[in-house]
Amino acid sequence: MSEPSQTTAASGQATRQDKATSTKPAIEIIGMHKWYGDFHVLRDINLTVGDGERIVIAGPSGSGKSTLIRCVNRLEEHQEGQIIVNGVELTADLKRIDEVRREVGMVFQHFNLFPHLTILQNLTLAPIWVRGTPKAAAEATAMHYLERVKIPEQANKFPGQLSGGQQQRVAIARSLCMQPRIMLFDEPTSALDPEMVKEVLDVMISLAEEGMTMICVTHEMGFARQVADRVIFMDQGQIIEQNEPEQFFSNPQHERTKLFLSQILH
Amino acid sequence: MTDTGYVRSELVAAKPAPNPTSGAVVWAKKNLFATPMDALLTAFGVLFLLWVVPPFFNFVLGHAVGPMGTVEECRAITAGACWAYVYNEMEFFIYGFYDIPQLWRPNIVFALGALLFVPLLIPKLPFKRINALLFLFVYPVVAYFLLAGGVFGLSEMPTEKWGGLLVTLIISVVGITLAFPLGIVLALGRQSTLPVIKTICVTFIELIRSVPLITILFMASIMLPLFMPQGMTVDKLLRALVGVTLFTSAYLAEVVRGGLQAIPRGQYEAAASLGLGYWQRMYFIILPQALKHVIPGIVNSFIALFKDTSLVYIVGMKDLLEAVKTKNDSALEWQSANTATTGYLFAAIVFWAFCFSMSRYSMFMERRLNTGHKR
Repeated sequence: MSEPSQTTAASGQATRQDKATSTKPAIEIIGMHKWYGDFHVLRDINLTVGDGERIVIAGPSGSGKSTLIRCVNRLEEHQEGQIIVNGVELTADLKRIDEVRREVGMVFQHFNLFPHLTILQNLTLAPIWVRGTPKAAAEATAMHYLERVKIPEQANKFPGQLSGGQQQRVAIARSLCMQPRIMLFDEPTSALDPEMVKEVLDVMISLAEEGMTMICVTHEMGFARQVADRVIFMDQGQIIEQNEPEQFFSNPQHERTKLFLSQILH
Repeated sequence: MTDTGYVRSELVAAKPAPNPTSGAVVWAKKNLFATPMDALLTAFGVLFLLWVVPPFFNFVLGHAVGPMGTVEECRAITAGACWAYVYNEMEFFIYGFYDIPQLWRPNIVFALGALLFVPLLIPKLPFKRINALLFLFVYPVVAYFLLAGGVFGLSEMPTEKWGGLLVTLIISVVGITLAFPLGIVLALGRQSTLPVIKTICVTFIELIRSVPLITILFMASIMLPLFMPQGMTVDKLLRALVGVTLFTSAYLAEVVRGGLQAIPRGQYEAAASLGLGYWQRMYFIILPQALKHVIPGIVNSFIALFKDTSLVYIVGMKDLLEAVKTKNDSALEWQSANTATTGYLFAAIVFWAFCFSMSRYSMFMERRLNTGHKR
């Protein structure tokens, strides 16, 4: 029943010079299945993400899109199939998991900043203790990324003192400080006040324009149109349809996709 | 024709509230006499204080014999404390049977301890790391050899001779500093996904928690020697220390577990997604937040431990309370109506002072660590 036809070895248009060659895919998911107890949440997922490729995953809630990207850095465990990230296959081996996580940044719906640390400490903790970066260098990098997300003046505040949009931008900067090769976004704007969505999307767009490999689970279809190389539509734990945004929005093929688009695009 | 459109032309400036919101009268009205019931309770409270406080004050100070008084004066009064007795027996209350010419040794231990410990409590002071290392690793060794002697020409002083406040403090400080990390490890172990570790921790915690401390101390003093090979003994103080530490660590483990459960899963996930390993996640992210949540519970355990030290009389140690009791029962030359009462009152005041300080300090820490992240 399983057909590996969904695999699309997309060649990333924007290749990155600093990191390894684009010949090797950033992420390779082959025949992956996942269950929560008896519930089959992800079914026969086949997905290859090229280096520098920007992917948007859309779909109704409960369709498994968050679970899918959480499998990529092993916040969730898969039971069948293979997930290979930067050439490292994810297994129960903790060393490999940490190796993958170092290179894969993740931004969460609820920011998940560390409330007991200042913004600067949030940003420098992992570079110092995981990468072994000297403190001064880590702080310089942190300030660089805080400037990129346009809130350097908040460096010594605590997360609780920032607005949702600012917190999410800090969360993005925190991931970037680890200089990851891949960024995962798990509904990064869903918990934000409408007025703050744009400031976060702007950061994500500029990141995409620089050629970061990104997988974004989001309902922001404007963002998908603007930056995605590919849009993936999921329902009931399966990839139903994928296409480049132009085709995806103007000419959806599957009935479920059409229904979904008709409901979210007014 | 209805006119529903509206555009505000000018923003309303903030102005002061109409009534005074602070001041003694306002405070009293709000807190003491807000309702007739409140007023009634306030009246009862005041009457109760009038009934209790003056007699107590008279007993402790008003009608009491001061520290420089004599036993005759103590026998002459009936409604006052005999502080002269406490003053005269102070050495026994603080050091137990420790040889009097050697008292400079515990005194140095006390002074060194204060010198290293107090700066640790003051957040502003620098050199925390070296300070903590000195206090946790160097100080215990120095203190032990100073107190026990037998080296560097110091006369040997068996632990049987230690007593009073000295023993109370040794057991509490050692108990707290050992039980705290052990409790954290047990709490983490109980949450472990590794079945062996989890089982060991759960068994240990449940076993220790379901037995009274007094039983553990009994076991240590009576049953342990039965299992030991002939002629081998374990120091009484050590037995008490081990018993108290294990007991408290089991309770602390449960307190800490409560804190761990209060940390949202997102914190674990964010830490993991940055590539931090298990111990790094726990040390930098999870424990600082979890422990902050349960400071009241932790201090509760510490205070309980401090007071439970008086149970070590079971293994034959003379802690502060036992030292007072011994003198109360045997100091014939100081016999008077209120000698014993004064002795116990002294013990109570000392216990209260230490426990109350712990409580206040923990409240200070709670305020200091509050980074206001709660929505």
